[in-house]
Amino acid sequence: MSAGVSVVGSGHLEELDDRSPVGVSKTLTLAKALNLGLHDAMTHDPKVVVMGEDVGTLGGVFRITDGLLTDFGADRVIDTPLAEAGIVGTAVGLAMRGYRPVVEIQFDGFVYPAYDQIVCQVAKMRYRSQGRTPMPMVIRIPYGGGIGAVEHHSESPEAQFAHTPGLKVVTCSDPADGYWMVRQAIECDDPVVFLEPKRQYHSGKAEVALDAAPGPLFASRVVRPVDGAVTATVLAYGPTVRTALRAAEAASAEGHQLEVIDLRTLSPLDLEPVYASVRRSGRAIVVHEAHVNLGIGAEVAARTTEECFYSLEAPVLRVGGFDTPYPASRMEEAFLPDLDRVLDAVDRSLAF
Amino acid sequence: MVTIHPERHPEHHRQDTAPPAEGHADGGPDMVQLLTPDGERRHHPLYDADFSAEQVRALYRDMALTRRLDVEATALQRHGELGLWAQLLGQEAAQIGAAHALRPQDFVFPTYREHAVAWVRGVDPLQILSLWRGVDHGGWDPHEHNFGQYTVVIGAQTLHAVGYAMGAQCDGVVGTGDADVDTAVVAHFGDGASSQGDVSEAFVFAASYNAPVVFFCQNNQWAISEPVIRQTRVPLYQRAAGFGFPGVRVDGNDVLATYAVTQRALQAAREGQGPFLIEAYTYRMGAHTTTDDPTRYRSSAEVEHWRARDPLARVETYLRRTVGADQRFFDDVAAEADELGHELREGCKAMPDPDPLRIFDHVYAEPPAELVAQRDAFADYHASFEDA
Ligand SMILES: Cc1ncc(C[n+]2csc(CCOP(=O)(O)OP(=O)(O)O)c2C)c(N)n1
Ligand SMILES: [Mg+2]
Repeated sequence: MSAGVSVVGSGHLEELDDRSPVGVSKTLTLAKALNLGLHDAMTHDPKVVVMGEDVGTLGGVFRITDGLLTDFGADRVIDTPLAEAGIVGTAVGLAMRGYRPVVEIQFDGFVYPAYDQIVCQVAKMRYRSQGRTPMPMVIRIPYGGGIGAVEHHSESPEAQFAHTPGLKVVTCSDPADGYWMVRQAIECDDPVVFLEPKRQYHSGKAEVALDAAPGPLFASRVVRPVDGAVTATVLAYGPTVRTALRAAEAASAEGHQLEVIDLRTLSPLDLEPVYASVRRSGRAIVVHEAHVNLGIGAEVAARTTEECFYSLEAPVLRVGGFDTPYPASRMEEAFLPDLDRVLDAVDRSLAF
Repeated sequence: MVTIHPERHPEHHRQDTAPPAEGHADGGPDMVQLLTPDGERRHHPLYDADFSAEQVRALYRDMALTRRLDVEATALQRHGELGLWAQLLGQEAAQIGAAHALRPQDFVFPTYREHAVAWVRGVDPLQILSLWRGVDHGGWDPHEHNFGQYTVVIGAQTLHAVGYAMGAQCDGVVGTGDADVDTAVVAHFGDGASSQGDVSEAFVFAASYNAPVVFFCQNNQWAISEPVIRQTRVPLYQRAAGFGFPGVRVDGNDVLATYAVTQRALQAAREGQGPFLIEAYTYRMGAHTTTDDPTRYRSSAEVEHWRARDPLARVETYLRRTVGADQRFFDDVAAEADELGHELREGCKAMPDPDPLRIFDHVYAEPPAELVAQRDAFADYHASFEDA
């Protein structure tokens, strides 16, 4: 994969004129990292097209596609009619014609009109056609809560897609992953549901090395390794990685060493690093914003129990959104897992 | 479903049972017809074509052969060789006319009933039967025949067609003036599917991008048990106007007319004039599928009415009386149909059951380790029975 920062077009460059030459790292927000990742993917492969509501002139409501229209034109950056089934369904046809559509769903709660196209068409086309009709499509969805939004703007639908064979589901949690994971997802020949923690789009910058991907797409990563004795293993992804890391800092002040793993890929799951950690710690806690009932945490708990049964000192615990609809925003802090709920779960685990 | 109580809403009840124009069994004055049910050639100011004798014979032959395909498949289902079959009986003219108007570079997105279109596109009929037998989800290569997979979720494929057509636009294969290059796409769907949101969205997208797509709606009057009046109060072709592109109703039992209209619509699309809606006014003579019992919801008088409008009979009359085809031609076609029937029966029965390990094939380009492990575990488990 070429990692160079391309210098084509005009409007986009002004936006990103703090860009460094090839091979150098850049300090970017998650939003800018995703934007640059899309830009470089489009430069790299002329078959990549971006489509969705407001992705063109406006650059997306979160500005993730900012400048792409100027650089790549309206044939490749397509403002669509407001119809999610239409967006994903026409992307299927474009993929059949040899394109690599990158579809933006404006908000998590608005993916459902496209749900049929995603689970019945996108996910099954390769299977139905015995491999003859691949679906190299990325469906980007800003997801998760904590932004004080009205209904339908704060949801975490990952399990609904991870449950669907034929789809792959990944989520990034920092700018470096934002840049590289979106590029890798676009290069993937399978359809990828790409979940972006919208709360973190503009919430701080980080170093992004542009010369090489930090690792494969479908792999989890230990983001807070612990040398020596581990109190518990905390598994998180997307917006809860930061929560888990903060909880680990707080726990360490109390003498508990939490190893934190960013799952990154939700389908397929990559749990080998989890098993390795749990065999040392004997305790695992999964943290996600999605409802706990039949969520990713349930699957992780089942598999971890199968693989690490004799190492476990306590059942795998889940910290997540309650099994209610996402509440009105004045209550969302209580709904979302936070540092204290993670630490509470550590205490409960230790009490077994 | 909303139940309308006539006592409480008398005005609703009137509309419900006596809709404005739909259900008109003769298709109304706007319907394009080039061959009457009696085999008389008519002409149309906009949608007409010159047909050579050879062309008419070819159209007849394909209709006769695909009718036999349908009859054989229905019989194979009765004998337990197919799990299910969706009959095309009565819709041969709609499908054969539409398919003959295609050029090789055009692409077709079918429903689950376009067996005759598949036939014209060169799909081996056994690769259609394999789907209904439960061997696979359709054995043909969509890209070899420019004929997509059968789509069971009604209406979904209309969006795929529009996206494909948008891709053709981006590829610069629309409106070049080169007959071997310019490309159009056909989206098949039914009268029932016309109510699906996907179809409306497909109309919106096609209009918005001026996509080279021909929406070909076979209004066969029924969506399982629901009559077309349940789907629409205006003739379906008139919906196109609201989306901003032309719509035409054609006699779907008249193969000359379906050919001529589709040919015009495809040509316009290839030239860059954008989408087109064709409503082929036809009738599903058979059951919805082999599990359906249409006597529960429609009258034999209605079926008889349509039997008198049989799509093959009128071409046969026209061929014998006007175009010139002797008995030998019909005998040859019948013999060919017999041979096809034999091949289908033998070929279908000879299809081996697939290896159950094929369950795991083609889920992903790169199967995840977990899935490979699941497959391997099943392979061992399965083998343990063979050893026993
Ligand atoms: C989304 C969806 N809903 C329901 C069905 C079940 N179903 C299969 S065919 C059919 C009727 C379709 O009627 P129409 O579109 O007129 O096509 P026809 O069968 O007459 O060719 C229904 C309801 C389906 N396949 N897909
Ligand atoms: Mg119908």
